[in-house]
Amino acid sequence: MSQDKATLDAKTVAKIAHLARIKVPEEEQAHLADELNKLLGWVEQLGEVDTDGVEPMTSVAAQTLRRRPDQVTDGGYPDAVVLNATDAAEHFFSVPKVVE
Amino acid sequence: MTNLTHLSMSEALDGLKKKEFTAVELTEAYVKAVEAARPLNAFITETPEIALDQAKASDARYAAGTNGPMDGMPLGIKDLFCTKGVLTTAASHILDGFKPAYESTITANLFRDGAVMLGKLNLDEFAMGSANITSYYGPVLNPWTGKDPAAADRKLVPGGSSGGSAASVSGRFAIAATGTDTGGSIRQPASFTGIVGLKPTYGRCSRWGTIAFASSLDQAGPMTRTVRDAAIMLQSMAGFDPKDSTSVDMPVPDFQAALTGDIRGLRVGIPKEYRVEGMPAEIERVWQQGIEWLKAAGAVPVEISLPHTKYALATYYVVAPAECSSNLARYDGVRFGLRVEGKDLKEMYENTRGEGFGKEVRRRIMIGTYVLSAGYYDAYYLKAQKVRARIAEDFAKAYEQCDVILTPTAPSTAFAIGEKQDDPISMYLNDVFTVPASLAGLPGISVPAGLAADGLPLGLQILGRPFDEVTLLRVAGVMEQAAGAQPLPPFCR
Repeated sequence: MSQDKATLDAKTVAKIAHLARIKVPEEEQAHLADELNKLLGWVEQLGEVDTDGVEPMTSVAAQTLRRRPDQVTDGGYPDAVVLNATDAAEHFFSVPKVVE
Repeated sequence: MTNLTHLSMSEALDGLKKKEFTAVELTEAYVKAVEAARPLNAFITETPEIALDQAKASDARYAAGTNGPMDGMPLGIKDLFCTKGVLTTAASHILDGFKPAYESTITANLFRDGAVMLGKLNLDEFAMGSANITSYYGPVLNPWTGKDPAAADRKLVPGGSSGGSAASVSGRFAIAATGTDTGGSIRQPASFTGIVGLKPTYGRCSRWGTIAFASSLDQAGPMTRTVRDAAIMLQSMAGFDPKDSTSVDMPVPDFQAALTGDIRGLRVGIPKEYRVEGMPAEIERVWQQGIEWLKAAGAVPVEISLPHTKYALATYYVVAPAECSSNLARYDGVRFGLRVEGKDLKEMYENTRGEGFGKEVRRRIMIGTYVLSAGYYDAYYLKAQKVRARIAEDFAKAYEQCDVILTPTAPSTAFAIGEKQDDPISMYLNDVFTVPASLAGLPGISVPAGLAADGLPLGLQILGRPFDEVTLLRVAGVMEQAAGAQPLPPFCR
């Protein structure tokens, strides 16, 4: 598993933070890079395990997902849906302007 | 009159049936105990009014003869379970003010059976931690303190993430509590506080309405003072739920009927890979003691091998963060919880999540984001999923030779707040014995096995075959019997 491994620098941390939509102040980036590198270095040990021909395990539930008739079984309570919104107008969630 | 808060759940149920006391009296005793235990910081929200209303209704049911299997039992609810109209925080700043408009299936099942809610219990933020020190609401203290007088004012952690649950049950200010276990979050705190903690098979208990951390691993379970109480509570919690796509549609057996005490001929696997380097001699001693107890009851110890054990933690710390980064994407400041304004939507997201999530949660989201990102997915995430398959295969092979597996629950007794915080990995090592079974989705239970030389409780873990909680509980019952009465934590003396 040597392919595609990179050592994270502050710039990559900034990129991951952006992908995760988490603000990380610039002064914390180097420290965080160090921490993440230690963790990623530690998980490198998985490379020792022979996994040729092994199917990746996504779930322990040995079942195919259940199906049900395509019918509406829930809903019809907009008040409850917006109950916890910081900023709800009528039955809408309000957000800052997205399109100029 | 006996001290009501010192009764086990089965004893309290008997007492109520025999009219020795009322549900209101029992709940009042617990409400007082909760108040007295505030210095331990185990509750995020106390709900005494709800509890007393529920207790009154419970007394009415006892009078009418319509009482349920857990009627009048004052529980603590881990604050990861959504409770209708009651603040639900996951111990995170980002869920400020969140009062769900719905009830989780687990709490709904418990209330259906008559349970009473004392309040919402503290935990590690989003259940990410092994010491209950990552909570936005501050750390929880263990009711246990070491026997060394010089260290008497050392503040010990209760383990985590279900730290508030463990402390409340151990400290006798909840008769039992709900927990959730993703990599050990029920079993490890149970060991640290001297109580019973059961993680059922993945799929046994519904995840609906439980705030998600890592969806392929999360499982709710009971935290109790006795094995019988665990059987009673699991009976109420378990069952098929069409609202959870991974809930398993199979009959729920009678768990109390499992407690026959007869384990003659049962094969108990002892995994040689769990003798980890640097493990304290005390842990080894207690483990050996457990083997002797089960042998004396007629079980047959069998040495087994789980060769991929040493890779379980690294596998977990790829899989769980990956799932967490995806699950926690929903906290965006729009629909519920905290919002920190920004000049546009994107900046509002980043500000909200930067401020709303604590350090450990941020770190895990970022690791998860990285291992799922283009170019690294195969090398990290896919690889970890394949190793996970190997780990599950180890257990499947082992169960050809044995019926249950016996291991220590945790590699140490409770440590002090501030310890093991030099780097994340030293904290992660707490779960070295619990994570492998989590990855394989297997049921596990931690049973108190006495005190270590430092005067702190230690648990032993029994693992079972998928959906064989019955055998798990039977062996746990025998172990509990052999271990004998456990001392009260210093907090209760």
